[in-house]
Amino acid sequence: MAEKTYLQAISDGLRQEMRRDKRVFVIGEDVGVYGGAFKVTLGFQEEFGPWRVIDAPLSETAIVGGCTGAAIMGLRPVAEMQFSDFISCGWDQLVTVAAKQRWRAGTPVPMTVRLPSGGGFSGGPFHSQNPESSFAHIPGLKIVCPATPEDAKGLLVTAIEDPNPVLYFEHKHLYRRIKAEVPDDRYTTPFGQARIHREGDDVSVITWGAMVWTAAEAAQQLEDDGISVEIVDLRTLVPWDKKAVLESVSKTSKVLVLHEDTHTGGFGGEIAATIAEEVFEDLDAPVKRLTAPDTPVPFSPPLEKAFIPQVDDVASALRELAEY
Amino acid sequence: MAIAREAEPVGSLQEVKEAGLDREDLLGVYRNMLITRGIEERGHILYKQGKIPGSFYTGRGNEAAAVGVATAMDDQDVGTPLHRDMGVHISRGVEPWRIFAQYMGRADGPTHGRDGNVHMADSRLGLLAMVSHLPAMLPVAVGCALAFRIREEKRVAVGWFGEGASARGDCHEAMNLAGVRKLPVVFVCDNNQWAYSTPTYLEYATEHVADRAEAYGFEGVVVDGTDVLAVYRESRRAIEKARGGDGPTLIECLTLRMEGHAVHDDAFYVPKDMFERWASSDPIERFRTWLREHAELGDAEEDEITSGVKKLLNEALTRAEESPLPDPSSLAEGVFATPEDLDTPHHK
Ligand SMILES: Cc1ncc(C[n+]2csc(CCOP(=O)(O)OP(=O)(O)O)c2C)c(N)n1
Ligand SMILES: [Mg+2]
Repeated sequence: MAEKTYLQAISDGLRQEMRRDKRVFVIGEDVGVYGGAFKVTLGFQEEFGPWRVIDAPLSETAIVGGCTGAAIMGLRPVAEMQFSDFISCGWDQLVTVAAKQRWRAGTPVPMTVRLPSGGGFSGGPFHSQNPESSFAHIPGLKIVCPATPEDAKGLLVTAIEDPNPVLYFEHKHLYRRIKAEVPDDRYTTPFGQARIHREGDDVSVITWGAMVWTAAEAAQQLEDDGISVEIVDLRTLVPWDKKAVLESVSKTSKVLVLHEDTHTGGFGGEIAATIAEEVFEDLDAPVKRLTAPDTPVPFSPPLEKAFIPQVDDVASALRELAEY
Repeated sequence: MAIAREAEPVGSLQEVKEAGLDREDLLGVYRNMLITRGIEERGHILYKQGKIPGSFYTGRGNEAAAVGVATAMDDQDVGTPLHRDMGVHISRGVEPWRIFAQYMGRADGPTHGRDGNVHMADSRLGLLAMVSHLPAMLPVAVGCALAFRIREEKRVAVGWFGEGASARGDCHEAMNLAGVRKLPVVFVCDNNQWAYSTPTYLEYATEHVADRAEAYGFEGVVVDGTDVLAVYRESRRAIEKARGGDGPTLIECLTLRMEGHAVHDDAFYVPKDMFERWASSDPIERFRTWLREHAELGDAEEDEITSGVKKLLNEALTRAEESPLPDPSSLAEGVFATPEDLDTPHHK
């Protein structure tokens, strides 16, 4: 065990898999000599050589499509999008080819796409998005959104092992901010098993990624007022742990669904609908959603603060629920 | 001004032998072309009988191009053939009855009724199933080549695309990455001069599509796509060059799409004299004549081949019609792969 940042945990997990399994290779823009825009693959090319840490041209279609072909040929590609926003340029390869190939033609596509996502540092409309729900809508893709360093490593290993295309959303605002103990040995963190980040009795928060930490700060505030908040960290959106969510909601009877992605069509809608369908009778308040508004992500700090749900926003949403 | 090399036709039997085909192979090529056309002709009948749901596409006029390229591939090579390339599936050994079953949406088609038309492939034969979006399989073919390069295997990937789809960015990204990394991939352009109703001069501004290869740092070749032997020779050359580590080639096979875009389209926009001119260069008739002139194909042997193909296809049709329709309760199976699914030749 050693204390690691979220970023180090991703990097260590990836390096460990590359040492263990020769089929694993990395491809992306500036991932080689430069070590990636965020330095996740720093030093990798020296260790694994230029054909396992491949600097690609600025070509998301060729990167994602290339990984699809290489995966079908038996390798275990890990593609890096420089920012998750650029996956739009590889959409077709992912959604049209990779996601449907197993179902349609019987050929599995075991590949991982790493997507540095999220806002909080004035990245503006094109370097801050959280596009996970767009892909959660596509049958055949798995969606992973780790919140802690331990999960960042364990979920990455599981993603690489998984025989399907997996989108691994790593939140940029967690990279260096969040530190925790991470086991040194190889381990896998199963998909579809939520983690109770904090136990509580009065209100549940269902969330993932960076919002886990925003919710945790808000929960701390409420504790001083005697309101006990339970935080369910979904960890993966496809598959998502319905059971854990419904159990928590049935226990507390009040629920806030929280995400950094925009509102309409966000994955929170799916969770809210499922709660309404399956445990309506256990609710003592309407399901509440707190999300970013339906706008592009703004650049200037006061605008961005108004866009991304803040600790105070979460705290007041929770208070409202508690008082309902 | 053309930049790509314009390939010469193939002449003598001797020349063909040097390119690697003996007489037996040549008859096999002829047979595969006949099967290819026969399947698509029967497909038309099935369609008229209302047995094919959705639409129906053929590659009439492209039989030589498809069979010629596929014949030049080795067993361990892989490819991503498209909707005009039935000849590739046939040459790689797909059983015709499975294709009829695919056409009719039956359980025994390669996609078990989950996809239609030529959206199919047998991965055990080294083929990857195309998607509708064109030319989305080119980056995938490049990815296969990347895998071969990473593992230092002497294998080659062949990626097909239409001249119309060459206008899309996937084509550029695939060729650029392949050129930069000198990957063992051969790009084959089925240039049938029409993209649905759109003529070539509204799709690209160079003389040939293959002229672009120069810009990606590799060779472009234009070959008469109705000359199966020339297609074979150029493909073999390109494939062996790729296998030897000398990077990609773009081969443009020039043909005419001899039918409408699909069965619903009567191709009213194609000038009549264009059809007439190209009909006189029918790939099968052309090869038959060549075989008679250069390889002593006689009436008896020809009859034997023709009737063999007929028998094969009649039996295939019967077998396909006996195949059940898929079970609706199986719909949700296999959206996600399981670890056992990785038990394929590629993943061993
Ligand atoms: C991305 C995309 N846009 C539109 C279509 C619809 N479409 C199918 S085939 C075709 C023409 C393709 O022309 P070409 O690439 O020359 O291939 P051909 O059909 O002539 O063999 C079009 C427009 C498609 N399949 N994919
Ligand atoms: Mg065309």
